[in-house]
Amino acid sequence: MATTGQERIIQPRVSDIRKILDKQSNGASSLLAVLEDIQHQYRFLPRDALIMVSERIPVPLSRVYSVATFYNAFSLKPRGRHCFQVCTGTACHVRGATLVINRLETLLGIETGETSDDLEYTLETVNCLGACALGPIVVTEQGYDGMMTISKVDKLMRRVHSLGSENADAGKPAQVDAAATDTAPPA
Amino acid sequence: MKQLASPKELEAWRQEILAGVDPERPCLRVCDGTGCRALGSQELLGKLHEALNGDGGENGKVDVVATGCPGVWEQGPLVSVDPQQIAYMRVSPDDAEAIVNETLGTGEVIDKLLYKDPSNGEQIVKEPDLPFSSLQTRRVTALSGQIDPCRIEAYLAHGGYAALARALYDMDPEGIIDEVTRSGLRGRGGAGFPTGVKWKFCRQSQSDEKYIICNADEGDPGAFMDRSLLEANPHSIVEGMIIGARAMGATAGFIYARSEYPLAVEHLNLALAQAREHGLLGENILGSGFNLDIDIRLGAGAFVCGEETALMASIEGRPGEPRPRPPFPAQSGLWGKPTNINNVKSWSSIPLIIANGPEWFAEVGTEKSKGTAIFSMVGKINNTGLVEVPMGITLRELIFDVGGGVPGDKEFKAVQIGGPSGGCIPADHLDAEIDYDSLSKLGAIMGSGGLVVTDEDTCMVDLARYFMNFVQEESCGQCLPCRWGTRVLLDILTRICDGEGEPEDIGRLEELAPMVKVSSLCGLGQTAPNPVLSTLRYFRDEYEAHVIEKRCPAGICRGLITYEIDEEVCTGCMVCARNCPVDAISGEKQEVHHIDTDVCTRCGMCMQVCKFDGIRVY
Repeated sequence: MATTGQERIIQPRVSDIRKILDKQSNGASSLLAVLEDIQHQYRFLPRDALIMVSERIPVPLSRVYSVATFYNAFSLKPRGRHCFQVCTGTACHVRGATLVINRLETLLGIETGETSDDLEYTLETVNCLGACALGPIVVTEQGYDGMMTISKVDKLMRRVHSLGSENADAGKPAQVDAAATDTAPPA
Repeated sequence: MKQLASPKELEAWRQEILAGVDPERPCLRVCDGTGCRALGSQELLGKLHEALNGDGGENGKVDVVATGCPGVWEQGPLVSVDPQQIAYMRVSPDDAEAIVNETLGTGEVIDKLLYKDPSNGEQIVKEPDLPFSSLQTRRVTALSGQIDPCRIEAYLAHGGYAALARALYDMDPEGIIDEVTRSGLRGRGGAGFPTGVKWKFCRQSQSDEKYIICNADEGDPGAFMDRSLLEANPHSIVEGMIIGARAMGATAGFIYARSEYPLAVEHLNLALAQAREHGLLGENILGSGFNLDIDIRLGAGAFVCGEETALMASIEGRPGEPRPRPPFPAQSGLWGKPTNINNVKSWSSIPLIIANGPEWFAEVGTEKSKGTAIFSMVGKINNTGLVEVPMGITLRELIFDVGGGVPGDKEFKAVQIGGPSGGCIPADHLDAEIDYDSLSKLGAIMGSGGLVVTDEDTCMVDLARYFMNFVQEESCGQCLPCRWGTRVLLDILTRICDGEGEPEDIGRLEELAPMVKVSSLCGLGQTAPNPVLSTLRYFRDEYEAHVIEKRCPAGICRGLITYEIDEEVCTGCMVCARNCPVDAISGEKQEVHHIDTDVCTRCGMCMQVCKFDGIRVY
């Protein structure tokens, strides 16, 4: 597939956003919940979706933007199909979360907080997940992987990659289906 | 569907449930909390059902119950076999068949799955005999790991919602507040304000609408008490909130939960739905004419939202920016209406106080801090997990008796209590009693109960830098002392850890830290310098080693250490060279390798991959 992530600008469907807005009827106070649903569906907050939210709730777009940029859970940039979240809570920190992050950065060829150009992988850190006995922890779509070491990171990477295209996204937005490529992981 | 319209109906249903409980019936309790799930409890549950071959569940001969976390984390997945109360740990799905055939079948205990006391190698068979359990006073967490949190019947079988019935029918609002006040309960979120007094303020505020909020935005890194409780016994929190609403005259309730806790939110949603279905929540609760509904609001990953005014802003759909108090939430809170916010553990304590009486609650604890405290113990400690102990226990008892001490032959250095707002307490003060007042005298705080144990391999300057980095990132940026003060503190600490610190930097920290403390707007900024101040107070020598001798005594700070390959040990296996992310290691196969210290970034990768323990740090 020749398209790159940058070309595949994701256009939210009006009907999808309306569905999300219809579930929440509390006006301005439902802004967070609406954005959480949109983030969940698209794995980021598309610009057009924010404009629609602002018009329909209604709240000024500046307020939508301030909420969207305040909370860590929201992203204005598209995120990868596979997301690696490394917990950086105290227990994970003292048990070597930094090593795990370094390894993932090397394997994925991206820095923490970045998404690969083909929109396959995102690497980020999360605040304490409260599963401290298992640190360091990495969260993927497959759940929590605890007591991570470098070799376990490598294994996890292979597992996530092997999910690759065949498991492509039941229930995920159609636009993102196009992202199922046969790209090898950068390692 | 049972719609309960009176306490009598509630009691009748309870008796019906209890009549169906056979204490001799075999039961497998499998911990299915977040921790055990990460270790494979779901697969284990599947295998157990498979091995039972249709005998599991209500219609079979054996109950299989997925519980919340009983606290012993490191040892999961956990399986307890009733009625004998045999405790199995580190159970793999492959053990399922043996448990069913041997323990359930012939009554044989499987030795390899028992807990072994690390000090004497003794095996312990029964759950109540585990040192981890026997030294605790489990009240709020009494049902964690015992019941299925997804079934209201399980909570009812243990006396659930009886306190609510009493509060609705036998007590007036003032009476409830009086009992909570007399119990001596202080806010379990960390600040320790007397809960009864807070309730009274909210009760006295006149308004057409009033709100109560459960603060389940447990953000302190290294703290998971609230998550565990929400997962293991959500109904206790719901019951506590309804009682509180009745006492204060609240018209609606909110639970503000972290989105990082999906399982806790799932269990809460279930509990709320069940309570509604059975007439315990919503309109005309238990036929008393009292109305209340409770909604869950999800946080979106902002630590500052644990601060009450920021939390309310977030519920209102705004950025979580705190505002100055007064007015306090009890006068003007959510949407400008009187509001009362309590922590998960505080709410969960309420049904116990109402059911057992304030005197019972105050039986344990110290003069000014009543009841029990729940701690999550992590870091360099043998028994990582969650414990409930009486207030007033000494740090030594908590860390060495309950927690099993520091692993290996390492020496205990300090314990960090209270997360990024707390402080470190060194070995000299291990005999201090834990309560709100004595901890703050030592420069730490009770906080929400996160307790991180450190040993000789932990660098206290690095730990202070870690917490400062955390609060700096989480500062909402609204007020200058916090936004910019934490940035400068972090810059100085980073400089020290990078080996570029100057002796004057210590003085700069000491000058700036108190300024940030007194001039910040909210609790986040006001407590942010605590980790720096307390490490300076007790571990000044470590700071001095960094800035004067240019040495990190614990061997942690990258700018001050050198990695070397031990020539005696190196076999030339090339694993380190292959894994070095910056190609700093050279050497031929089967020959001793060398690290180019100019290229080396001190990431520690080689140390982790070396199978022969051949990497030294200087």
